[in-house]
Amino acid sequence: MKSRNLIIGGLLTAIFLTEALISFVWTPFDVTQMNISSKLKTPNGTNWLGTDHFGRDIFSMIMVGARTSIAVALVAVSIGMFIGVPLGLAAAARQGSLLDEVIMRGNDLVFAFPSLVIAILITAVFGPGAVNAIIAIGIFNIPVFARLTRGAALPLWQREFIMAARVAGKGSSRISLEHILPNVTNLLIVQGTIQFSLGILAEAGLSYVGLGAQPPLPSWGRMLADAQTMVSFAPHLALIPGGAIILTVLGLNLMGDGLRDLLDPRIRVDRT
Amino acid sequence: MLRYSLKRLLSLVISLIIASLVIFLVIEVAPGDPASFMLGINAQEDTLNALREELGLNQSKFERYVSWSKGMLLGDFGTSYTYRTPVAQMVADRLWVSLPLALYALALSTIIAFPAGIYAASRRGGAGDVSIMGATQLGVAIPNFWFAMMLVLVFAINLRWFSAGGFPGWEEGFFNGIKALTLPAIALALPQAAILARVMRSSLLDILNEDFIRTARAKGLSRRQALWRHALRNALIPVLTIIGLQFSFLLAGSIIIEQVFYLPGLGRLVFQSISQRDLIVVESVVMLLVFAVIVVNFIVDLAYAWVDPRLRSRS
Repeated sequence: MKSRNLIIGGLLTAIFLTEALISFVWTPFDVTQMNISSKLKTPNGTNWLGTDHFGRDIFSMIMVGARTSIAVALVAVSIGMFIGVPLGLAAAARQGSLLDEVIMRGNDLVFAFPSLVIAILITAVFGPGAVNAIIAIGIFNIPVFARLTRGAALPLWQREFIMAARVAGKGSSRISLEHILPNVTNLLIVQGTIQFSLGILAEAGLSYVGLGAQPPLPSWGRMLADAQTMVSFAPHLALIPGGAIILTVLGLNLMGDGLRDLLDPRIRVDRT
Repeated sequence: MLRYSLKRLLSLVISLIIASLVIFLVIEVAPGDPASFMLGINAQEDTLNALREELGLNQSKFERYVSWSKGMLLGDFGTSYTYRTPVAQMVADRLWVSLPLALYALALSTIIAFPAGIYAASRRGGAGDVSIMGATQLGVAIPNFWFAMMLVLVFAINLRWFSAGGFPGWEEGFFNGIKALTLPAIALALPQAAILARVMRSSLLDILNEDFIRTARAKGLSRRQALWRHALRNALIPVLTIIGLQFSFLLAGSIIIEQVFYLPGLGRLVFQSISQRDLIVVESVVMLLVFAVIVVNFIVDLAYAWVDPRLRSRS
């Protein structure tokens, strides 16, 4: 069961990652090339997943869309990790101090702004676009990683090997980096895959309402927005990008579950 | 309990002040002058100045923040730059769509998730558990706006049971209003129900491993009796927290779903205002959403402490 999750999830993730990577050098058709005479075609031999209302090849758009989704989600998760993890480590190293209090209350505050609300605020001021979507999703990821790191690091500070490191004269930042961080990495990887999948959903949602990636850059969310008025006579326009989002998110979630089971020995013992 | 409540209340007030400051400052840095936006590029300088004076734009930032936040507290959200009507009235009209939608979705999500989670926990490892967990995996992965489009395709376009969008207004009768909100509420509720069912299941399974359940079993209660009489009440604590959190997500999430169904709610208002650069409306709606999140979290914290006395003493 455990390894099955990991295999199916890993496979789905690998498919979309490969698709995104290949799109840099090759797509079956140019995604910006319109061909009105062959518009709204259902999947066939030439256009594997059919064409949209401008006659653009949907398979090519899905490939480039994968690139947009993955890039936005990946950068957003990285922002969350690179800022959130050090904050969490610092808060745990000085538990109960003013620094800890400020970091945790700051996190509460960011949590009070759902990522969609952050995105609305940013786009209202700076205009819509992929970069602003990244920032909105990224900001929301910071408290997620900060809390997780702090929560996992706190019990570690009570352990003997940390005590030993202290006795050996290491400072708290060095201990955090050399001893605490390696012990919370597994947890961060698992949470990273989950946030990655949430990022893909968030990007799709933002692009759908027009706050994310802007034309002519294809994105799954905007493909769905375009499909909305045509869903009654060309359902494949909605089914295909929707399917791509669902499979990618499902793949990442399954992979996260599989990784958690694999990396966390406590769960492994618990379940067997 | 009183000490704990007061402490939480203080942190609620501080959060609200900081959140309002952040929102105010973000909107402040937005380029463009509302007065010249309202009057157009050909406006005379003295007319512009008069309007700036009227809108209070000539005051210092600090004065403007104080008058804005004071206004928000008293229910005066300012005047829309585009429509010249009170923002509070615009928001109140839209709230009558968004709030019932969020509550409806919350009710649906709870009604679906509770039985599913309890059933899965009571049949741990069995076929029922595996299929429910599989369904929740899928439910979490489906974007709600895509699910909404599929609901429209099946139930509005093909079966013609519901209308594909729009809202008749509550004055057309409660039933018609609820009917128009049903598909949007289902679309909103699905991913939340999947999350809630998972939390319900794992929380129940945790409790079922506790000593007091073993004692109950040793006294002769069947597994099912122990689950219903002792485990369920204790398992509800984390579930209630998630329900509290979900309410704010539903309120914010309804912004996207309203786009799919062309519902005249807060979401439509926000997107309209963004495209018209009516920033005072955006500012007020965002503040209102954040206010709702902070207050709901506060209530959940209090409820949590009330149910679980250990939490009170710990803080």
